[in-house]
Amino acid sequence: MTLELRKVTRRVGANVHIHETSLTLEEGSFNILLGATLSGKTTLIQLMAGLERPTTGEIWFRGKNVTGVPVQRRNVSVVYQQFINYPHLSVYENIASPLRVAGMGASEIESRVGKVAELLRLQPMLKRRPGELSGGQQQRTAIARSLVKDCDAIFLDEPLANLDYKLREEMRDELPKLFAGRRCVVVYATTEPSEALLFGGCTATLHQGGVTQFGPTSDIYRRPSDLNSARVFSDPPINVAEIVKQGDRILLGADIVWPTPGRVRNIPDGNYTVGLRPHHITVAPTRPGLAEIEGVVLVAELSGSESVVHFNVNGLTWVSQSQGIHALEVGSRVRFHADLDRIFFFDVDSRRIA
Amino acid sequence: MRRAGWLIPTLYIVFLLLPIYWLLAMSFKTTNEILGGFTLWPRDFTLDNYAKIFTDSTWYSGYINSLIYVGVNTAISVAVALPAAYAFSRYRFLGDKHLFFWLLTNRMAPPAVFALPFFQLYSAVGLFDTHIAVALAHTLFNVPLAVWILEGFISSVPKELDETAYVDGYPFWRFFIRIFMPTIAAGIGVACFFCFMFSWVELLLAKTLTSVAAKPIAAVMTRTASTSGYELGLLAAAGSLTIVPGAFVIYFVRNYIAKGFALGRV
Repeated sequence: MTLELRKVTRRVGANVHIHETSLTLEEGSFNILLGATLSGKTTLIQLMAGLERPTTGEIWFRGKNVTGVPVQRRNVSVVYQQFINYPHLSVYENIASPLRVAGMGASEIESRVGKVAELLRLQPMLKRRPGELSGGQQQRTAIARSLVKDCDAIFLDEPLANLDYKLREEMRDELPKLFAGRRCVVVYATTEPSEALLFGGCTATLHQGGVTQFGPTSDIYRRPSDLNSARVFSDPPINVAEIVKQGDRILLGADIVWPTPGRVRNIPDGNYTVGLRPHHITVAPTRPGLAEIEGVVLVAELSGSESVVHFNVNGLTWVSQSQGIHALEVGSRVRFHADLDRIFFFDVDSRRIA
Repeated sequence: MRRAGWLIPTLYIVFLLLPIYWLLAMSFKTTNEILGGFTLWPRDFTLDNYAKIFTDSTWYSGYINSLIYVGVNTAISVAVALPAAYAFSRYRFLGDKHLFFWLLTNRMAPPAVFALPFFQLYSAVGLFDTHIAVALAHTLFNVPLAVWILEGFISSVPKELDETAYVDGYPFWRFFIRIFMPTIAAGIGVACFFCFMFSWVELLLAKTLTSVAAKPIAAVMTRTASTSGYELGLLAAAGSLTIVPGAFVIYFVRNYIAKGFALGRV
């Protein structure tokens, strides 16, 4: 009872939009496609929904090969980043549209539309046209249309990206509740790691048209399989540096020496790439026994409760994210504290080994 | 400078409206008054000219003929151009850009070029002096125009709207008629307007391809002028009536035309 991509690829002319990808999405699950712009999220959604045909490979749904079955016969819903509604129809008719096409009776339609409209707080607007609504209401209409039929899969392609900050926060809280208890596969594409962490479920990290890793969201966050997955799933961007391990110390360039963390004592000496999330490098030490790194402050962004500081160490830019306000002067030399227990080690092929 | 603020637009509008006023004023005068001297407004106000047009079948049938072939032409042009414009906007195919440009080049040749071949062709297949002959001849320049206008409007509709309709379960044609055409209603209105206008004012092909049964009003005006001497009042009344359908149509699409200009297509 799943949606399955089997060795799917998608090429347009000479451009590869999706590299060979295999994914299995369980029914009733909330799946997040996490990746930067142009990483292939939208193409992957179009392939899964049946709006595009894979160049090679097959798509299976509930044990049936549905490759090439047109989207009209797939029983799926799609919500886009732009607010897509039928401009000449009222909100009520917009929501009722999939039911009308399916030939459902008028009373059944009325009760269903009424239910979804209540869920999405759209009852006062049912008689209006989409053009007379605010952006948030337009997107809620689109979501209502996707929920009104009992579809097998719902695809949401960055549905909150065009909303303003406040509405986005609100909708983020509402969305998971709307899908809870449904037997369908939910796929949610986003560029923001924070959204993935908030929604939980499963996450697939995408990088340049390929899925780098798929699994429960917190697992992917804590244990990225490779450097690209770690990069995709970090905001602000993860700090990456080349190091040399020599027994119980690791060398960052010529002049920075850190003790080797206990976890990686046993890996062979040699060259590695390390990744350290910004919030594991802080201005004030969060606990005793942290390694130190000194750099010149380039930018200090202060938000209400935290400070993001970009600093330069031997020509490499590092990012630190600390709790509280640290008004550091640009150009000053500051000592930061790095939590080496949280550091990721990647081998020369960018696979994570610790 | 402050006085010039209202003066210049006023002068401009007077300048623009003067020929139309003169035509209207003439249509209410007798021919004697028109030829007799310079009068700013009708001294002998008369409706005889209009009465003659509405009672004499050689006159009013000209209007009916014109309206028939213009209507048929507008319907054919837009019905053919709509799917074409959709394809040009939504699909990439071999030579699509060249084909699009080639369509437009049909507008670059003067209609006179086609008058002779059309006359010969339509005579040969027995379509000479029929409404459909003129309507078909006019599609030569109206279809490219309609495709060009509609393509602009269609491209401003995100393709996600099409996809949403397919996801909802609409088959293509049901989507096209029930969802897509209402969405670009403004564009269809503008395309209809321009097809109507170009067909309405085109004289050369319409005159060449007709003799009696489908004779357009403009041809009636030029032919009757010589047979009954110079009835200037009558001609002015006929001219005034010729403006009416255009003014009527433009009233309905006035808001959309601005949108068409904004899309850079009209």
